[in-house]
Order: sequence, then structure tokens, then C-alpha cells
Amino acid sequence: MPDLGGLDLGGIDLEGPGTIAAILAMGAVTYSIRAGGFWLMGHVPLTARVRRMLEALPGTVVVATVLPITVREGAPAILAVAAAVGAMMVRRNDFLAVIAGMAVAALARAWLG
Amino acid sequence: MTENRSALVDRPTWSLAGLRLGAFLLLPSLPGMMAFGAVVGATEARKGFDLVTALLMNFWVYAGASQLVAIEGWPQHMTAAGVATLALVVATVNARMLLFGASLRPWLGPLPAWQIYPLLQFTTDPGWVIMMRYRAEGGNDAAAFLGGALVVLVAWISATIGGYLAGALVADPRAIALDLVLPIFFAAMVVPLWRGRRRATAWGVAGMVALATEYLVSGWWFVITGAIAGSLVEGFVEDAPDA
Repeated sequence: MPDLGGLDLGGIDLEGPGTIAAILAMGAVTYSIRAGGFWLMGHVPLTARVRRMLEALPGTVVVATVLPITVREGAPAILAVAAAVGAMMVRRNDFLAVIAGMAVAALARAWLG
Repeated sequence: MTENRSALVDRPTWSLAGLRLGAFLLLPSLPGMMAFGAVVGATEARKGFDLVTALLMNFWVYAGASQLVAIEGWPQHMTAAGVATLALVVATVNARMLLFGASLRPWLGPLPAWQIYPLLQFTTDPGWVIMMRYRAEGGNDAAAFLGGALVVLVAWISATIGGYLAGALVADPRAIALDLVLPIFFAAMVVPLWRGRRRATAWGVAGMVALATEYLVSGWWFVITGAIAGSLVEGFVEDAPDA
């Protein structure tokens, strides 16, 4: 792409092969991560202990994701997460829980900033 | 030897009913996921990507949070170093997916490689957590994974296109809390994932290590350090009966 100087076209060179190369690289890296964990565990004996660790992952991933983000984002996130957990405990309905959490988060952001 | 035999016996099935069930199980995650997809599409439009390029990224990278981080950091002029930097950034945001694939191994490992490896491209946060729950409750139909993946794929692509075309309508994602879609969905999953006090130690360690990591290191490393620490604890709790 030629240097556009002061011309403002969003400021970014987005049509060259460089952009496509970047996207292809981002996807290749992401796929190798998606497939890599599965592939790796094919080379590890699945003992009872390893299975126990892998079975614990959904819970530990969820906790390790939710807790830092909630603490970082403060009151609106805390209220939203509480609403989602509360709705889930009462109704056992994924859909309701997500809607409740999103609604509380949006309202709390509007009121608390 | 016995490991091999039980793997054959437990080999996942493929059925139309499973396909439908998987699609059904993922429906509740769609509204939040689609709202997030609309933000990704709108951001791509705002930054000046043409629609075909945006579609290529949405399909080929297929990981919204990492795409948003990459798009924000997109260099003015793409160099080899720029490509490498973007790939690295995306890798750090998506590192948690290593754990997703690892935990799918005991279930989907008996499938032939040509069936499972293409499918792994469509691993997503909601898809993974819902399918792990399905498996933990006794489900063993690989078509459920496919059905869930297809629903998410269609919803994701249409939401990103919609967001791309609507553009300015999703001007401020923070105001409507779209940056909290993932933690809210995961928080709802805490309830069905809870296995009683036995796992409380693992969860506590996961949470503490994640908090400490988030405090010390920027980026998304807290998911992977917290989750691995918690799972190691779970693995080394000797007297734990197998769930």
C-alpha cells in the first residue's frame, strides 16, 4: 500500500496481503492451541489421577475466569454474577440466569457508572 | 490393555438425536454470545476492515475476545513483526483453550483423528463448558458436540455480520455490559458444576491463584494459571473418591 500521508482512511492499511497474512497466522495459532491440548493428552497415560484433574477443569476454569474479572470490574460485575448464580440456583435455567445477569449488569452500569 | 478395551466400549456414538440435543443445549448461551459477536462485527467495521476480510477472521480465528484485543492493537502498516506480534497476542488470550482440548481427551479420544480434529476448530467457551457438563451427566454422543458447535457457528457468523452492518448501533458495549457476557455465563455454570465440598479446595486454589496472577501479570494468563493450580490440587487430593 502506498503511504497515504495525512489522508485519513481509518489510518490503517487493511487491504494488503499483510492483513490476510496476519489473520491466517492468528487462526493457525488459535487452531494449534485448540487441537494442541487434545493432542498432548493423547501422549499422556490417562491414569485415575490425570482423569480427576481433567474432570476438575470445567470448575477450575470457570472460577479462575469469573473471580478476577469480577473483582477488577467492581460492583456492577459482582451484582451481575450474584444475579446469574442466584437465578441458576432458584430456577436451574441457563437462559434465565444469563438474561438476569446481563440485565443486572446493564442496570448497575447505568446507575453506578 | 484394559485401558484399550474400556476405550472401545466407551467410544462415543453419532446420532441424529444427539445432534439435536447438542444444538438444544447450546441455545441458552446464544443471546449473550450473539450480542458479543455483534460487538466484534461492529468493531471490525469501525476499524475499516472490509466485510470479506472480517468474515475470514471471524470464521478462521473464531475467538471473539482475542480478535477484539488484536483489532485494537492492529498496526498501521503490517510487517512480519506485526504478524508475529498479533499471533502472539491472540495466543495469550486463547491459551485457556489448551485446557479445553485436554479435558475433551478422555471423552472424545477414542474417535478417529479425522473426525475429531476438524471438530476441535469449533471449540468455544460456552460449547466446551456445556459439553463437559453433558459428558459429566453421562452423555456420550459426539454428535451432541457437533450439534452445539453448528448452532454456535451459525449464530456467531450471523451476529458478527449483523454487528458489522449495524455498526454504530452497538457504539458503547460497556454501557450494556457486553464485556461481561463471558463471566456472567460462566458464573451461571458454577451451579451445575458444583460437586460439593470435595472440590471446594480445588476451586479455592484456582480462584486465589487466578486473582494473584491477574494482580501481577496483565493479559489473560489468570485463567490458565488458576485452572491448572486448582486441577493439580484436585489430582493430588489422595483420598478423593472418583466422581
